[in-house]
Amino acid sequence: MSGAQELAASIRSGVQSAVAVADASFGAINERDDEIHAFLHLTKQRAQIQAQAVDDAVANGNDPGPLAGVPIAIKDNMCTRGEPTTCSSKILEGWRPPYDATVIGRLEAAGAVIVGKTNLDEFAMGSSTENSAFGPTRNPHDTTRVPGGSSGGSAAAVAADFVPLSLGSDTGGSIRQPAALCGVVGVKPTYGAVSRYGLIAFASSLDQIGPFAQNVTDAALCFDVISGHDPMDATSIPNPLTPTLPTVNDGVAGMRIGLVDELMGEGIDDDVIARTNQAAEALTAAGATVERVSIPATIYGLAAYYLIAPAEASSNLARFDGVRYGQRVEGQNVAAMNVATRSAGFGDEVKRRIMLGTYALSSGYYDAYYGKAQRVRTLIANEFATAYESFDLLLSPTSPSTAFEIGAKSDPMALYMCDVCTIPSNLAGHPAMSVPFGVGDDGLPVGVQILAPMLEEARMFKAAKALEDAAKGMS
Amino acid sequence: MSGEISRDEVAHVASLARLRLDDNELDTFTEQLCVVLETAANLNSLDLSDVPPMAQPYPLTNVMRPDVLVPSLDRDEVLAQAPDVEDSRFRVPPSLGEAP
Repeated sequence: MSGAQELAASIRSGVQSAVAVADASFGAINERDDEIHAFLHLTKQRAQIQAQAVDDAVANGNDPGPLAGVPIAIKDNMCTRGEPTTCSSKILEGWRPPYDATVIGRLEAAGAVIVGKTNLDEFAMGSSTENSAFGPTRNPHDTTRVPGGSSGGSAAAVAADFVPLSLGSDTGGSIRQPAALCGVVGVKPTYGAVSRYGLIAFASSLDQIGPFAQNVTDAALCFDVISGHDPMDATSIPNPLTPTLPTVNDGVAGMRIGLVDELMGEGIDDDVIARTNQAAEALTAAGATVERVSIPATIYGLAAYYLIAPAEASSNLARFDGVRYGQRVEGQNVAAMNVATRSAGFGDEVKRRIMLGTYALSSGYYDAYYGKAQRVRTLIANEFATAYESFDLLLSPTSPSTAFEIGAKSDPMALYMCDVCTIPSNLAGHPAMSVPFGVGDDGLPVGVQILAPMLEEARMFKAAKALEDAAKGMS
Repeated sequence: MSGEISRDEVAHVASLARLRLDDNELDTFTEQLCVVLETAANLNSLDLSDVPPMAQPYPLTNVMRPDVLVPSLDRDEVLAQAPDVEDSRFRVPPSLGEAP
């Protein structure tokens, strides 16, 4: 399947029909998704109606929009009216939301065709998509390996060429890390740049929706469609955002880029470090100045994150109590029903994080855990701000390793370490993205991460495009 | 701040969070939560007394909207997704005393 921009152009000019393109997407899914398990649910009827509407618009001389007829997959923690939305949890099995997330409306208004809902770690808690109540997703590059997570289904759907675009959500790296492991582009926008109305909340001060794409230009196109103010989300940034697509090819000449010392050493595999150094050289060759920069507080990011995110999750997930939606396990009174429902409905990782968060927020521990973590957050934001006085962008690996074997990381802490490079951007609220850059010693994709200051997505995409061009030159 | 949590504390936290754990789960979760909290204890080495806490990254406060009527969710559609409903309300078991 062609890229999103190319597809939309050919559909808008009547060369291909949106209905035929949607059929081709479902054909590809049908052929290989038994093996990959990227999708939990296909939205065939909705796709058919939308594709037909796009074709009708073209036939009538109307413009169906910049994503005309482009098939897109949606992580199953975003609400789609009347279509199952499970968060890969038994507790929401069978639930059909009574409304669409804002991003769904924006995509369809731009002509995109939603083909289905993708697998994730339950409630987006995980880094491998093994932790789904409905079974793991497999990495299309090697089906014995994980696709990363938590947006593993969305990453795999793009990597397997089922769709040119998908949406994920990123709380501590859940878009960027699977993008790296699957060899696709993945973007975590600025906190507040994309509406979260209809995204089922995990950690509200960290969660952000963003696109996966097969190339940087398509990611920029999709970001421009889904971003912008939404009155339905009180954390949505009210100022108009700069479009990123018009400048994506502007290059990096004259940019100052900092390679983050603390994310280039202990705990990161040698082949990943080697590729990141090569990416730095490629940016230098493209006209940027690259220097090392130290951001010492980044090493505390992981510890702070694994207090803040569970604390917020313990509060957000209190709503799953068997009263208003999803599964209920009966009990003789309300409290017994709540306990029975939650104990049967949540998986172990979700329970673990709810308990961790409840503990971190509980009387006598609040200041020592949650309060301290919030201060570390300020420290990280301050150190980023200092770094950005000298640099336009920062560079690091995305993931400490390439895709690992399914089942290889059974203890929770080993999995948490996967997020060490990606967490600092969530804590600071800054945009960051992963771009494929060559392969590791095992032949599997490596991603490098570009980090930008608040609302500097346009600048970030320029560097990402320069890296993508350089990577093409290598192979 | 101790980097550890006892089995009894885990049981207490589970009950606060409306979760029931069996004995095996209690053992496993206690061990796993200890490891995570030990990592969290890394933060103890930092002097943060002069650093203010940060609750969220983008400083928006008192977000208001114009007081204009807009359509809300369809009540029947919402109730159709609930586990139990009676007279357009969510139905739950008794909240006090024994079940009738």
